[in-house]
Amino acid sequence: MREVVLERPGDFAEWRAVARALLAGGVAPEDVSWRGAEEGASLFGHEMPSAEGGAVTLPRELLAMADRVICHRGAEVPARLYRLVWRAARERQLLARTTDADVDWLRKTDKAIRRDIHKMHAFVRFRRLGEGEGRERFAAWFEPDHRILRLTAPFFQRRFYGMDWAIVTPDARAIWENEELSYGPGGTRGEVPDSDVVEDQWRTYYGAIFNPARVKIDAMRAEMPKKYWHNLPEAQDIAPLLAGAGARVERMRAAAVSAANPRTEKWRTRVPDELALDEDVKTLGDLAKAVGRCTRCPLYCNATQAVVGEGPAAARIMVVGEQPGDQEDLQGRPFVGPAGQVLDEALDEAGLDRRRLFLTNAVKHFKYEPRGKRRLHQNPTAGEIDICRWWLDKERALVQPDLIVTLGASALRGVTGKSASIKSMRGQVHELAGGTKLVATIHPSFLLRLPDRERAAEERAAFVADLAWARKLAA
Amino acid sequence: MSSKTILQKLAVLADAAKYDASCASSGTVKRDSLGSKGIGSTEGMGICHSYAPDGRCISLLKILLTNFCVYDCRFCINRASSNVERARFSPHEVVALTLDFYKRNYIEGLFLSSGIIRSEDYTMEQLVEVARILREEHRFQGYIHLKTIAGADPALVALAGLYADRLSTNVELPTEAGLESFAPEKKPATIRKTMASVRVGAEDAMEAAKGRLIGKAEPPRFAPAGQSTQMIVGADAARDDDILAAADNLYSGYHLRRVYYSAYSPIPDASSALPPVRPPLMREHRLYQADWLLRFYGFARNEIMEGASGGMLDLAIDPKLAWALMKRDIFPVDINRAPRELLLRVPGLGTRAVDRIVAVRRTGALRLGDLAKLTASVKKVLPFIVTPDWRPGRLTDSADLRARFAPPAEQLALAL
Repeated sequence: MREVVLERPGDFAEWRAVARALLAGGVAPEDVSWRGAEEGASLFGHEMPSAEGGAVTLPRELLAMADRVICHRGAEVPARLYRLVWRAARERQLLARTTDADVDWLRKTDKAIRRDIHKMHAFVRFRRLGEGEGRERFAAWFEPDHRILRLTAPFFQRRFYGMDWAIVTPDARAIWENEELSYGPGGTRGEVPDSDVVEDQWRTYYGAIFNPARVKIDAMRAEMPKKYWHNLPEAQDIAPLLAGAGARVERMRAAAVSAANPRTEKWRTRVPDELALDEDVKTLGDLAKAVGRCTRCPLYCNATQAVVGEGPAAARIMVVGEQPGDQEDLQGRPFVGPAGQVLDEALDEAGLDRRRLFLTNAVKHFKYEPRGKRRLHQNPTAGEIDICRWWLDKERALVQPDLIVTLGASALRGVTGKSASIKSMRGQVHELAGGTKLVATIHPSFLLRLPDRERAAEERAAFVADLAWARKLAA
Repeated sequence: MSSKTILQKLAVLADAAKYDASCASSGTVKRDSLGSKGIGSTEGMGICHSYAPDGRCISLLKILLTNFCVYDCRFCINRASSNVERARFSPHEVVALTLDFYKRNYIEGLFLSSGIIRSEDYTMEQLVEVARILREEHRFQGYIHLKTIAGADPALVALAGLYADRLSTNVELPTEAGLESFAPEKKPATIRKTMASVRVGAEDAMEAAKGRLIGKAEPPRFAPAGQSTQMIVGADAARDDDILAAADNLYSGYHLRRVYYSAYSPIPDASSALPPVRPPLMREHRLYQADWLLRFYGFARNEIMEGASGGMLDLAIDPKLAWALMKRDIFPVDINRAPRELLLRVPGLGTRAVDRIVAVRRTGALRLGDLAKLTASVKKVLPFIVTPDWRPGRLTDSADLRARFAPPAEQLALAL
């Protein structure tokens, strides 16, 4: 049996040097006895095997965990870590076997250390010492469960670079002064001031943010165990807050409803924008305002906004699509999403200037089905198209185009009021009441859905041809 | 107006802010003060620096700039017609409080909201000003969550997104009808438009980041911790189904990071239109569980509602268990063979346990004893799984399975 004495408990470098030597010497874990220096040094303590032999490679994850776990105060920790290292050098994928007793112990111990670190990040409370050379100085007393100061100090360094601070614990202290981090011996609570001027504000905040109607003491104590309370200035208020909670709630319940605050009317000076009645819509501007409060069908409930047509009131050609999509709904403009891009390119090729067209949709609100982080387009029903025709008809009346191009079946129904297949209508000029010409073609989103490249190219060419033909008809 | 001390203002304006459930400080980019030589850092994982006796985490200084408000939302303690005490901070007072608290390690940062004063734009400007002073004048690198005031100019929202880690706009009530009767000045469409401008802002920033030339400075980020919202539960007649439907729409439409559900709790000087009841904490809890099923477990809303009745989730058992009890033909599933998606549907197995099972079973068949190391709730899992050394037999289909999990009926009224 070989005896090993660790001089500096919690020091990873020391443990690693010893473990490396033992490993290289082929010393099995059951042949080593590990001791802390305080347990009485053994005469043979420093008789280490020579660190010759081949280098041992270990998984990075294991070393990272060992670096943390060595801070655990458990007496068995150095020995147990050595056994893990010994086994990891011989058994592949040891760490993946989370049901193995040693690995399970490692993960649980590591978890305990990480929790201790997290709680220290959370519960250290600095108190102000004063100011020196333009830098504010603070100090804190903290009692972590394990020897984790060296694992937590870098966090405070990253966070509090611009001030000087010291954290004193029973085992050691960390000092950040003039942009340099150093460590020193453990100390006592008495070295740190016992109050801070801001603590009154903090306690006032703590008391005010507490909701007496939803007392959940167990939830609080699970996350903020009592052992930390004596170093938290706000914790002295927990008992009185709890004691008064019931009565506060009772008072709220019992209080008669009071009369409205007389100043209410003074504050409420704003008059909501009065929009024109739908029937009063005289311009495209009126229409944009009026459609915003349309509740003729339930589609308004889930859409962001009504998307009205865009383009000059004097446009000769009106292009009607189906309904706004995801992007159109967000931006409040028609044809700005993927289908809009296809349309833009096709218009370009057909020699049409988008800025001179009036672009709109048969239905003004986006109809969709939520699916995780996406909204899947849903076809509007004939009923929804017919209800929304009220707005499309207004747009037609205000723009009075010579020619309307309908994209897809929904647009066709929106304009004509009747359902018909694109196939049966395409390639002919139809005349609408009042002499407006109608040309029916496909919706550009149809092109996006075609999986077959060749077919998509053909359909796209036909679409561009339809648009070019419309341009000639309107000329 | 008599001038109040900072302590008095703090008491009023923190009290007024506590009905906002969110206090998260996680999910943002990593930042520290090493480069800025000021103070502040964010490390991805949020930190709860304290807990109030209501079990809620205190991570941020959560206050209102003012609780004066021109709106008259009935569920709100700060509504115009309430007789609650009023106060107003100046932007510099909020900045000083934030820095003082931060330097003592009380908080991760600031969550600033406000009553609506003068106009939506003016209010939003004030909030942005606080964030600007913190970031630009004090090089503050901590977390900032700003309330986006519904109806404020999108340009102000865009500016807020440059300073803040997170933006939020509260929906408060899930249905159009509810908002109309309880919050006459709040327009759901305006709220959605504001949320849309946040999503558009984030997407524009992402596009800009993609298109930048190598070697050029990184373009500013836009609210890297995303946006969130809150819905009040139990103030109006909305059912759980309505609430989850609204949440589903908001997640898909505006890419919200979180929807918070806040049990309506009695407020001082309440409106007569509201129930003076104990807050429905269990209902709130079940909604959070259902929300998690939607986002992390591959459940669709209508599936979750299969375990509900009348549009309300079962209060006695969790929504996954309620669903599983209705779908017993799927169970038991073989822990060693079932695909991940199916394991996620086993009551008692969380996402982490499922990940571990999937990883470990590659190295050898899992037995019941192994399972105990991977999940805390083996007892709950038993009726729904098969391992080489365990078969539930008739347990899966037994009529009293629900009773095994539901807490025994309790006396309803208990003295405090």
